[in-house]
Amino acid sequence: MRAEIDRVGIKIGMWLFLYSEIILFGGLFVLYAAYFHKHPESFAVGGKELDRVIGALNTVVLLISSFTVAASITAIQKGSRKLTIGLLGFSIFCGFIFLVNKYFEWGAKIHHDIYPNSETLVNGEPGLNIFFGLYYVITGLHGLHVIIGMVLLSISLVWVLVGKIDGSKISMLDNSGLYWHLVDLIWIFVFPLFYLVL
Amino acid sequence: MTATPSFYHQSAPPGLSGIKAWLLTHDHKRLGLMYLGAVFFWFVLAMILGLALRTELMSQGRTIMGPGMYNSMFTLHGVIMVFLFAIPAIPAIFGNFFLPIQLGTDDVFFPRLNLFSWYLFMFGGLFAIVALFVGDGFPDTGWTFYVPFSIQNSKNVGLTVTAAFILGMSSMLTGLNFVTTFHRMRDKRMGLMQIPLFTWSLYATAWVQILATPVIGITLVLVVLERFLSIGLFDPAKGGDPILYQHLFWMYSHPAVYIMILPGMGVISEIIPVFSRKSIFGYKAIVWSSMGIAIAGSLVWAHHMYTSGMSDVSVFVFSLLTFLVAIPSAVKVFSWVATMYKGSIEMTPPLLLALMFIYLFSVGGLTGLVLGAVGTDIHVHDTHFVVAHFHFVMFGGTGFAFFAALHYWWPKMFGIMYPFRAAYVGAVLTTVGFLFHYVPMLIVGLQGMPRRYYDYLPQYEIGNFLAGLGAYVMCAGIVIMFVNLFMSFRKGVPAPADPWGGTTLEWKVSSPPPVHNFIDKPQIMDFPYDFKGVGEQLQPKDR
Repeated sequence: MRAEIDRVGIKIGMWLFLYSEIILFGGLFVLYAAYFHKHPESFAVGGKELDRVIGALNTVVLLISSFTVAASITAIQKGSRKLTIGLLGFSIFCGFIFLVNKYFEWGAKIHHDIYPNSETLVNGEPGLNIFFGLYYVITGLHGLHVIIGMVLLSISLVWVLVGKIDGSKISMLDNSGLYWHLVDLIWIFVFPLFYLVL
Repeated sequence: MTATPSFYHQSAPPGLSGIKAWLLTHDHKRLGLMYLGAVFFWFVLAMILGLALRTELMSQGRTIMGPGMYNSMFTLHGVIMVFLFAIPAIPAIFGNFFLPIQLGTDDVFFPRLNLFSWYLFMFGGLFAIVALFVGDGFPDTGWTFYVPFSIQNSKNVGLTVTAAFILGMSSMLTGLNFVTTFHRMRDKRMGLMQIPLFTWSLYATAWVQILATPVIGITLVLVVLERFLSIGLFDPAKGGDPILYQHLFWMYSHPAVYIMILPGMGVISEIIPVFSRKSIFGYKAIVWSSMGIAIAGSLVWAHHMYTSGMSDVSVFVFSLLTFLVAIPSAVKVFSWVATMYKGSIEMTPPLLLALMFIYLFSVGGLTGLVLGAVGTDIHVHDTHFVVAHFHFVMFGGTGFAFFAALHYWWPKMFGIMYPFRAAYVGAVLTTVGFLFHYVPMLIVGLQGMPRRYYDYLPQYEIGNFLAGLGAYVMCAGIVIMFVNLFMSFRKGVPAPADPWGGTTLEWKVSSPPPVHNFIDKPQIMDFPYDFKGVGEQLQPKDR
């Protein structure tokens, strides 16, 4: 059997998985591109209806959490376990804030009768229906990834607490961090595509 | 046989016994065999379905089943053959078993992930079975699940699509595992141009699996979402566009064709030089054509959609790209034939099957050009010509490569030889039946008989009858091949480590291999197909 753990290999595997995640979203971005080309005006109208403040806030929250995750990896490598735990806890908290914001955002939209197959959308402008359809699918899938990311970070946190992750064994934390950056990265594309259309 | 116990007698991780040694194993060899069992079950099931379909079509009107049943049956046949046979067969069975050995290592990089992929595969299959028996029964959409029919349909589309999604995950994770293994576990002394061609073809396939599979994943998710939420992303009344579904679907499913054929080509590239006792012609050209097919094959999806409604420019571009894919495929065919030229050919069942592969695959490729050209495609689009074409490639290609691989590596996997005569008879019957089965389809297709139709006009009756007859001959041949292989367990003639005179690393270890594959560090040759030291190998009693 293998004498020592090959960290580079583990990372290659993780990166390949991240590629596949990007392509998963890529399919949806293809739809976005085609429909944006078809209904540019409706997309602009739809974009104005979304709350840019909450969107921007969520972007900042995710960016900060990405930083704290990266910092936690450096922290564990330098041996400060307490700092790692604090930073990871804060990152998970950021993810939680993101989801709460998302909940209020979706809630407000649904309250205004804007959700898939709602009266307003079905009888309204077709382009708007597509815009909000994509909005729900893409942000929904992204939200799911936020939850998965939080689960991964929580597992890493527990592993740090029980000592399964320390300065010499960081692959789990490292890869969870990479996943969290992916979640962040996708949001960086989702945010302008929906909130900042024209 | 050597004194070292084989992987059948030692478990990995150590200390497991009985059924646990299989169900919890990390051993790539056991997993390969477990895939073999599952894939074999699905193949036989789908073959029986196909036979029933052709029986129905042998005469006009109702023969053995009604139209609704017919529609569900061809869907099930397609779903099983594509997702549960053609895609996983060679990479998951032979890839798992032989890729690590050919790379001179003891396992894949992520052994536990490998086990997980197998469970995903089984779960995907289970979902497909459940879809058969609950609710309104199996979908009748065809394996392509085209909208709007797949969304408005009352049958178990959601469940079936979920099954395909899970199977896609399994295939993608296998690909991920292979790429990582290829780069990180390869024997340090083995350079890129010393890697056996089967492994190279698996590497090219793995990239396609990683990069294309997520697209079908998201497409199938969208079908499920549309069914539950009626978002309208593919509904023109709600601003959507059904053609976009087709684009997304084929963005995966055309590359998937190469997921099916590339490993098959790898198998043939192993078999031809071994039985020609001659170094493979154009090793580098074959490697590069594998990668070329993987790349170019990802850019041709819209040739399935010439009649769906696309701009003339796109049609032109996709047609051109489609013709380009033919080049690397032809490079391979040329290399195989050139390898045999002036070789010292030793006929065996795997070689016979490989030769049949070359012939049938070439016909499939050439009929593919008929479909790739826009003018002729519009004439034969959605006819039986298309059905015959892709069966030439997927069955004549992948299927025959699978049979060839089975006969080539059987002694290594199970440590026993099988009788040759029945294998020859089976192979010949299968091929003759194959031609009787699909050539009439090419003809009725050109005459205009549409695919997926339950009934037809009187002028197509002769062709369909002959095709049905061919199907029976073909299935008889396949049954003889399989029975012959299974009977080899009863006699149990032990196989030597290298019964064929192969030079790649799997022939350097005992048959079946020990649990960690190599007892001593393997010797890496400068070139994997160097037959200098190989003479007459087969004992007369083996034949």
